[in-house]
Amino acid sequence: MKTVNILFCGTGGQGILTAAEIAGLAAMYDGYHVKKSEVHGMAQRGGSVESHLRFGKEVFSPIIAGGEVDFILAFDKGEHDRMVNLLKKDGIDLFPEFVEADKKITDKKFLNTYMLGILSKHLGLSKESWQKAMKDVFKTKFIEKNFEVFNMANGDVK
Amino acid sequence: MNTKHFKLLSGNEALAQGAFEAGLKFAGSYPGTPATEILEYLTQFKEVDAQWSVNEKVAFEVALGASFAGVRSLYSSKHVGINVAMDPLMTAAYSGINAGFVIVTADDPGLHSSQNEQDNRLIAKFAKIPLLEPSSPSEAKKFIKLAFEISEQFDTPVLFRMTTRVAHTKENVEIGQRQEIENKPFEKNPQKYVMVPANAYKKHILLEEKLIKLQEYSEKTELNKIEINDKELGFITDSVTYLYVKETYPEASVLKLGMTFPFPDKKIKEFASQVKKIVAAEENEPFIEEHLLQMGIRCTGKHYTYRVGELRPESIKDIVENKPKTQYPGGSRRPVLCPGCPHRAVFVALRKTKVIVSGDIGCYTLGSLPPLAALHTTICMGASVTIFDSLSKVLGNDKVVAVIGDSTFVHSGVTGLINAAYNKAKGLVIILDNGTTAMTGAQPNPSTGVTAKNEQTKRLDLEALCRACGADNVEVIDSSCKSIEEKIKEYTAQNKLSVLIVRYALCKMIDRTKQTVPLFHADKCKKCYMCISVDCPAITKDELGNVKLNYNLCAGCNVCVEMCKFGGLEKNK
Repeated sequence: MKTVNILFCGTGGQGILTAAEIAGLAAMYDGYHVKKSEVHGMAQRGGSVESHLRFGKEVFSPIIAGGEVDFILAFDKGEHDRMVNLLKKDGIDLFPEFVEADKKITDKKFLNTYMLGILSKHLGLSKESWQKAMKDVFKTKFIEKNFEVFNMANGDVK
Repeated sequence: MNTKHFKLLSGNEALAQGAFEAGLKFAGSYPGTPATEILEYLTQFKEVDAQWSVNEKVAFEVALGASFAGVRSLYSSKHVGINVAMDPLMTAAYSGINAGFVIVTADDPGLHSSQNEQDNRLIAKFAKIPLLEPSSPSEAKKFIKLAFEISEQFDTPVLFRMTTRVAHTKENVEIGQRQEIENKPFEKNPQKYVMVPANAYKKHILLEEKLIKLQEYSEKTELNKIEINDKELGFITDSVTYLYVKETYPEASVLKLGMTFPFPDKKIKEFASQVKKIVAAEENEPFIEEHLLQMGIRCTGKHYTYRVGELRPESIKDIVENKPKTQYPGGSRRPVLCPGCPHRAVFVALRKTKVIVSGDIGCYTLGSLPPLAALHTTICMGASVTIFDSLSKVLGNDKVVAVIGDSTFVHSGVTGLINAAYNKAKGLVIILDNGTTAMTGAQPNPSTGVTAKNEQTKRLDLEALCRACGADNVEVIDSSCKSIEEKIKEYTAQNKLSVLIVRYALCKMIDRTKQTVPLFHADKCKKCYMCISVDCPAITKDELGNVKLNYNLCAGCNVCVEMCKFGGLEKNK
């Protein structure tokens, strides 16, 4: 199988690192070799945040080379415009879905989960792995709500 | 892959897990990106005495002492932290160790969160100690175990170099069992442990012999691995760069250096004899390249522009062709102080008084960025007080103020304050006391009164300490712009050495509790943008120039309200 390359980007506080962590765990639970790379430090202070997630049979580089991004999940227009040229020729830009989601989801803290639901439609990872990953990361009291949001996005037909 | 015993661990966590499994009993560190998570991970284990030390020199010495006492011990810090620990490091190479002792340096190519991008591989050569470099989290875990074995086999500290991309990458890592190691007895041995000239001279002779033996080890170890594929092109590489090479030139031959110093010269020659074109691929300094050239091996190194910043997978092609650096799009957003950060009020006050501010290292370094632009020097930990000492003498003590955080003050600001008092400096030092080490994610320090393991301990009394250092005035105030401004004026006007401790109720890294959010009256707003000038993410202007208060982000500090003269912003009582 070819390595899958996902680029998450946005600004501090949008739950981008959390989203990347969940997707990484889900891929690991499905038996893939996972590498996820990001730079800590400025994330909580409103700076640019990007997380590179790669999974496959054997992954070498922890960061995705320019022009090799299969999926870009941008949570901010400025960051989207900066990073979008790293997308592969036939790569998928999920920013239009984000813009729609931003209108639809009133409680912004569930936006990242909603976008994971959208992403999950493209990845073919098992539902059990996604749920296990979300259980690892989210607090117990929010887990049901996150499942609900994830399933809602996952069930949406474009 | 069986997921049962696997976890998704960062390089730092994997290193710490590996050290734990290797029977580690002591760890000392001072927080710093990208090294912080190593010690944080170790605090979970009851078997490991893990401490945040006061600074890196202290952390190093305490950790070395633990090794002398007979338990496996680990020091970790960011690359510049090693500078603070260089004094004991250089001589520990001579004395050697008792139980295994590993020095972890987490370098930051690309300066994601640092004041320079020094390449600490050079320290291995300078200090004459072996250097191990993992490329990934799973290697970090594997290599750290070997590092302890090498340390004990050769009676030497081992330098273990992580970089940001190794430290902060996560990967599936297998979790294993801890191996208990029996404590080694401490024997009185002045020839080994007392580094006076006569003893150290003999130790230096032994050290040179040790390096020859270490080189023999370096030739044999699987840490240095030849992979012969296409013989037209061969890379000699280390650290994360190895993975970039594998990604971009999967067909090429590679000599992967996991033990970079002492270099395995025979292995290098063997590799060079089999491959037509040799490329030295490495981040920052031409450490490998220079060694190859010294050996008389013709090789292609990177263009000098690639010594700056980190490499990326796509850099490797440029390196092979010796092309100058291709720039990667940088972050479009600069970092800012958190909404509600208590530092904001201090910098608004400092900006208003127009003093020259010698700054230090912490969140408050962000106060240097416009529109606050109220911090004018930053060099290294503790340098605010010492630079202030001279600035105030040359430029006038009414024109200069030092600002330093509580953790940084305890780290190395306190020595500067003693020096300032002793050498008769006058003027104002402000300690920004948020009771934590916020920049690295809120680790406790002596003025917090809590240990790394979250146990209550003696709390350092900053006021008493400053008085004991010789400050004429020591006053504690809370953070509101007006009172800080008045105090700055009062103390800079005096011909005394004063310390103003601005003690905050809470740091946003620890407590995100909202205070009452102010009211915004759009009809009263004159669009003077004084509220915007406090540089808070919660208050911005839209494309039409209208002021927008983001009630979700706002933490209710009311600094913007203090700026508003027209009643557009009102404190909500």
